[in-house]
Amino acid sequence: MTPNPPILSVKNLRVAFGSVEAVHGLSFDIHRGETLALVGESGSGKSATALSILRLIEREGGRITGGSIRLGGESPAEITELAPAALRAIRGDRIAMVFQEPMTSLNPVMTIGAQLAETLALHRGLRGKVAREAARIALERVRIPEPDRRLDQYPHELSGGLRQRVMIAMALICEPDVLIADEPTTALDVTTQAEILALIAGLQRDLGMAVLFITHDLGVVSEIADRVVVLKDGNLVEEGRKADLFTAPRSDYARELLAATPRLGGGSPAPLRGAETVLELRDVVTTYGGGGFLSRSEPFTAVRGVSLTLGRGETLGLVGESGCGKSSLARTVMRLVDPAAGEIALLGTQVETLNAAALKPHRAKIQMVFQDPYAALNPRMSIRDLVTEPAHLHGMVAPGERDAMARELLERVGLPADAAERYPHQFSGGQRQRICIARALSVRPQIIVADEAVSALDVSNARRVTDLMAKIQREEGVSFLFISHDIAVVERVSHRIAVMYQGEIVEQGETAQVLHAPRHPYTRRLLAAVPRADGAHVTAPMPLPTPQPSDHVPSVEAAAMIPVPGAWQGPLEIGGAA
Amino acid sequence: MTPYLLRHVLKAVVTLWAIVTVTFVATRLSGNPIDTFLGEGLTAEGRQALIDYFQLDRSLWHQYLAYLRGVLSGEFGLSFVDRRPVTTVVAERLWPSGQLLLTSVALTVAVSLPLGVLAAVYRRSWIGSAVMVVAFTGYAVPSFVLAIVMVLTFSYWLNWLPVVGNGTWLHFIMPTIAMSGGLIAALTRFTRNAMLDVLGQDFIRTARAKGLRETQVVLKHGLGNASITVISVIGLQIAGLAAAGSVVVESIFSWPGVGQMLVNAAILRDYPVLQFGVIAVAVAVVSINILTDIAYALADPRIRLARA
Repeated sequence: MTPNPPILSVKNLRVAFGSVEAVHGLSFDIHRGETLALVGESGSGKSATALSILRLIEREGGRITGGSIRLGGESPAEITELAPAALRAIRGDRIAMVFQEPMTSLNPVMTIGAQLAETLALHRGLRGKVAREAARIALERVRIPEPDRRLDQYPHELSGGLRQRVMIAMALICEPDVLIADEPTTALDVTTQAEILALIAGLQRDLGMAVLFITHDLGVVSEIADRVVVLKDGNLVEEGRKADLFTAPRSDYARELLAATPRLGGGSPAPLRGAETVLELRDVVTTYGGGGFLSRSEPFTAVRGVSLTLGRGETLGLVGESGCGKSSLARTVMRLVDPAAGEIALLGTQVETLNAAALKPHRAKIQMVFQDPYAALNPRMSIRDLVTEPAHLHGMVAPGERDAMARELLERVGLPADAAERYPHQFSGGQRQRICIARALSVRPQIIVADEAVSALDVSNARRVTDLMAKIQREEGVSFLFISHDIAVVERVSHRIAVMYQGEIVEQGETAQVLHAPRHPYTRRLLAAVPRADGAHVTAPMPLPTPQPSDHVPSVEAAAMIPVPGAWQGPLEIGGAA
Repeated sequence: MTPYLLRHVLKAVVTLWAIVTVTFVATRLSGNPIDTFLGEGLTAEGRQALIDYFQLDRSLWHQYLAYLRGVLSGEFGLSFVDRRPVTTVVAERLWPSGQLLLTSVALTVAVSLPLGVLAAVYRRSWIGSAVMVVAFTGYAVPSFVLAIVMVLTFSYWLNWLPVVGNGTWLHFIMPTIAMSGGLIAALTRFTRNAMLDVLGQDFIRTARAKGLRETQVVLKHGLGNASITVISVIGLQIAGLAAAGSVVVESIFSWPGVGQMLVNAAILRDYPVLQFGVIAVAVAVVSINILTDIAYALADPRIRLARA
């Protein structure tokens, strides 16, 4: 344990939303220079705890009902009893916060410079040129290229990773004693995540602040934390040093969480031999926009000549960062978007040129499960109508039989039969994703395209959903095109893997072979960025060359120039016990 | 910015042409003007002279083309009633209408923005509910009912305010309130919803985490963003007010504006005045729309930069 006194001490904290208590007497300490990870799944009370420390919880419909939050240092304060003015003096100055969603956490109508200067004016009384200079230094500190230009830019002109750097710059601009980071990398790509984690760790070393890092991802914990507090349903279930958690978890829940956490090297399904091809893409190109009346914009090419095959009963994992074209490829396969060139053979039929009427019977053979289970279900339709709608549209079920069909489908995805009478809002995210799968199954498809289908779910729920997919595959021989940015999940479910980068498939092959002997530099870079749930230290991946404008075609040559980070040391090994 | 403006001007020209045409057809569908307002005491020769002057015996198609030619060359003809150029007739009515519109818009913005913000911030307390009850009531009362109730109360019984004309600032009070009543109700509701939407966004939490005062959070970060959506609605509502509200309110208060003139022209079938009056209103509405789009683009950097 660190010998210095805690800079922040939470004792017996109780937080309630209305009459429902979300945090039941939580206690922990954080010291200077230390990173404490607060780990738990959604609903565990970890965000409520984070928001309570700045008493922002009162603005989110909650309130602190008991306990104490004590800020140490030169001028100690009991946060739960502070008057509003004293509280505001602490916010952003002594305790600062970084949030999950970099895309929405910055004010869209204020320049980056104005938003940084606002904090400086508030806590340091800096204005004008001095403030601008301080803001520029803050951007330099988080290693944002061209800080002078960024000051005059608006948030929408920056990528998600850069916006999160701006958020961090803003939080650290007054050099706080405590930084609270609430899932700061969850919305980011794995490579960007690695960069941000390395940045936070480096800044912590320079500034000596305490970091409270809130996350659901044990991989991230292993990268950044010194100590870990595991929360479940508002209770502390385990607290200890990171290494102890990974090697000798004491609580059942921590063990469950570790087992559910996908990690690289966790094994993959054995490749299939001689499976019949159900889907074949040849040189598929997808473009968007361009050529409109009075429009001078060039069409944007999202998918550049992709060729893939999918066998019966096989899962093909498609990995890549956001913006690489993997969702565009999924939409093209579904014919939700028409390909600009290339061929798509679905069970031996060329479907890329079929018109809507001719395509309809083929649509039943291939179904899709989307990323956001909250947006993918019409809130005004009952579960019965939702899960049987595709079958109804394809005339595969008589009106009188929809009820029986719904019950049978729900049973197959592990939901109670009486769920049919209920509505989407009565279900959790994981249950909704099961409903989406049931809906896809209603037309007995031979292929299911799962676009980031478990990315919005907790590790335990994600695990259950991928297990369900595997079961469906075993029992019914359904093929999956499994799209994800999370390589560890992809490894667990996929017979084969295809890696996508700037609209092209840069590498594909059997899962074990791609992961253990990656040939393409981009694959290696992607693998190196994956957090390993084994307590290894953080290494930022090398920056990629800036993506080229759309006239730039080959990415292979460009990617070959990428330096391979030193962290890569061949096949991955898992440390710790599962 | 230039292609953006060009596109808008092009759209405006097409809109104006359509309005000119529709107005022409509508006025010709409603009967012979000569019989209506010059029916009595007109000799056959006098009647023929008028028909010749206004070319009323030619085909509608011919009249339409002649009219379009006039519009393009800025020649809008003479009023049937007082034989003066319609441009002069309308021009002297524009400023009184514009004055009334400006005071109404000023009152609307001054009242409904603060009310909307209050209703959003205090949505859970009685303040929010009270604002919304008033707003809903205002929405339900038509402007002519409001006008008549005010005239009865403040002029007939209390004898505080003048009813007819636009001579002093006292004359402005009732017409302005009658014009803006419904608009205040609508805009208050809209501002409240826009603010509620914005106040639930993540960057508001960021602003609070910086240590900003709640008033700064609400006004700078909240209203700064909500104003983008509010501007678009204000523009549309002002345009509607200029077109429709003025007709009703100006008639009630005998306000010497374009609205009152249009009503009189319609009753007397004074085609040239009616046609040019409608064109004048249409130009005003289209200009307000263009100005709104520009204001919207200026307020929202995402649009400003995309179109720059």
